[in-house]
Amino acid sequence: MPDIRPEPQYATLEQQTDVAVFGMWIFLATEVLFFGGMLFAYTVYRGVYPEGFAEAGRHTKIVIGTVNTVILLTSSFVVAWAVHLAERGRGRGVAVLLGVAALLGTIFLGLKSFEYYQEWHEGLVPGLRFEAAGPHAHAMELFYLLYFMMTGVHGLHVTIGIGLLATMAVRAWRGAFSSAYHTPVEITGLYWHFVDIVWIFLYPLIYLVGRSGG
Amino acid sequence: MTATSPDRAVTARPAAQPPNYLTEGGSTLRSWLLTHDHKRIAILYALTITVFFFFGGAAAAMIRLNLVTPPGIFAADTYNRLFSIHGIVMVWFFLIPSIPNTLGNFLLPMMIGAKDLAFPRINLLSWYLFVVAGVVALVAVIAGGVDTGWTFYTPFSTMYSNSYVILAISAVFISGFSSILTGLNFIVTVHRLRAPGMTWYRLPIFVWSNYSTAIILVLATPVLAITLALLAVERLLQVGIFDPALGGDPLLFQHLFWFYSHPAVYIMILPGFGVISEVVPCFSRKPIFGYKFVAWASVSFTAVSFLVWAHHMFVAGMSVYAALVFSLLSYIIAVPSAIKVFNWTATLHKGWISFDAPMLYALGFIGLFTTGGLSGLFTANLAFDVHVTDTYFVVAHFHYIMVGGMVSAYFAGLHFWWPKITGRIYHEWWARIAALLIFVGFNLTFFPQFILGYLGMERRYHSYPPEFQFWNILSSAGASILALGYVMPLFYLTWSLYRGQRAGANPWAATGLEWTTPSPPPKHNFDKTPTVTRPPYQYRPEPEPQDAQGHA
Repeated sequence: MPDIRPEPQYATLEQQTDVAVFGMWIFLATEVLFFGGMLFAYTVYRGVYPEGFAEAGRHTKIVIGTVNTVILLTSSFVVAWAVHLAERGRGRGVAVLLGVAALLGTIFLGLKSFEYYQEWHEGLVPGLRFEAAGPHAHAMELFYLLYFMMTGVHGLHVTIGIGLLATMAVRAWRGAFSSAYHTPVEITGLYWHFVDIVWIFLYPLIYLVGRSGG
Repeated sequence: MTATSPDRAVTARPAAQPPNYLTEGGSTLRSWLLTHDHKRIAILYALTITVFFFFGGAAAAMIRLNLVTPPGIFAADTYNRLFSIHGIVMVWFFLIPSIPNTLGNFLLPMMIGAKDLAFPRINLLSWYLFVVAGVVALVAVIAGGVDTGWTFYTPFSTMYSNSYVILAISAVFISGFSSILTGLNFIVTVHRLRAPGMTWYRLPIFVWSNYSTAIILVLATPVLAITLALLAVERLLQVGIFDPALGGDPLLFQHLFWFYSHPAVYIMILPGFGVISEVVPCFSRKPIFGYKFVAWASVSFTAVSFLVWAHHMFVAGMSVYAALVFSLLSYIIAVPSAIKVFNWTATLHKGWISFDAPMLYALGFIGLFTTGGLSGLFTANLAFDVHVTDTYFVVAHFHYIMVGGMVSAYFAGLHFWWPKITGRIYHEWWARIAALLIFVGFNLTFFPQFILGYLGMERRYHSYPPEFQFWNILSSAGASILALGYVMPLFYLTWSLYRGQRAGANPWAATGLEWTTPSPPPKHNFDKTPTVTRPPYQYRPEPEPQDAQGHA
């Protein structure tokens, strides 16, 4: 078992863990507000241009979106399992599960890129290649701008998450954690669940609302 | 407040000073740029924001110079760039980081008996982000500047402005990350790293204030970040998020922008309240009056600050009912402000008051902040605000709060804790003169602007009708006195570093954990983690402490 001492500013290892977890929660609170700004803008314009947003929503790729939702939810479950094993000090098992989660995250990004590629071909990328016409073209452009910003920022978070998961997988494989100390796994898990939760909000707003009743 | 203070004379090197944070770990550039010590990082911040302060001040000086004569000496475009850069630099690169990142960084862990902040590496990262942001801002200025004002209102900033808007908002965006990380660090530190016995009601008010500030930083800054990102995207791609010509809504920008920027006013002023709440009891030799009220007033600023943003938009096209609600809510902020001011004056009442330099700055603060706060009631009043919106009345109002209040508080704190930070005493007489010059210069600069605004002189114009010239000359004359007052500390404080007398651990006979450790403090603040057994501010009337010059 590795010998880990707390950093100088902490009295005990328990305090160090407590501080790290608390810090991560506060960071995630700032992230909620960060996404909140975009969700607020989206909500305002859905109210201003209901038909245009519904029209734009029907152009989204619901199959990819749904598959991606399943993938992210599964990865979140895998990470929760990894944290559970980490508490019992099973380093190798933790490494494998975190590796699987990182792989699922990568598949998510791959599918998302394919979706972007299709949207580029259909001329749905505001400012660069936007070809939709008709009375709602204007509102659709706004929808797609917010869509690309929200999913783009989310994708950036997924990318960072994959990097964290992979790093933790390697460290766990090398036996860096124990039942007494596995804080980095725990806070990486928190972060990944957050990434998942943001998607749970984005999925219905992007893919489902526009298809309802119309 | 008790703490174990072992006899520091027992050391291997009797003649030299005991090892402290300035000497331990070396004094190479590398040891400073890679330090994790909150005290050294505080000094790095102090040096950086001093540069920005004088940079923003130089822009202000040119603005006042231009306004001496009605046609002005600069073209309108140059003038627009001057006031924009003055606002951007002063708000984001001086006022917001000033007290939390310098004094807060230095003192917060010491005041609660901790060895460091919760995340020392993140603290250093925060400084680097701040420096990068500052460099980007300077590049924007050198490249040609910005003419949007510090508020970046759309559609001007997204459609018409032919300047370096994206570069400037990138600078603000990056500095936002620095703010968020500092706020996060403070919150976790106060919650989790308090020394044994340091209960919430034993925290010094300075800690309460910085804690409240940190909550606002953490909750408001992300919204600003995303708003600026939307603005950048709109400007790059010309898709209408905010531009009405493209189907967007400029009011949405103002809502999102002020949702951050009004709380930001309290980011600037709350730490100042904290400083004053330390200085006033010390130089009145009395415990602060109504400790719990003062503490909770800080926290209630946090809550109320998020409810008043739209009073910036009374004439922007908002519905009259919304304006009415925000007008009423804006009055509420006067309640915690008044609690603070009344508690300071009650602390002064029948105190053994001594007029040392920190106290002079603090008293100046109380006067200027009260004037600024009362004029804030005028502008919260819907009908009156319609008359003075975008006039010099508003300029005077927020300068009284932010410059008269915040900068005075920063100077009060700097003078109060200077012996602790550097281990040296500055020249008291010069410090008092500077404090008086700043008070007089400030009032002469900004009081005429209330009158100008009431008479109808609009802000942000490089020229004006000749009948306003008298008040503008007064204001510019005041500005030159103010500038002198601001430059003086640069000299006598630097002088004290080389020639000042050594300060003892506690030159002001103050209570508070930070005064129980030597000046300058050792690397991890305390030789042994202190145990706290008493509430703060246990001052008793006693003869004025002798300072290093030996005068009473």
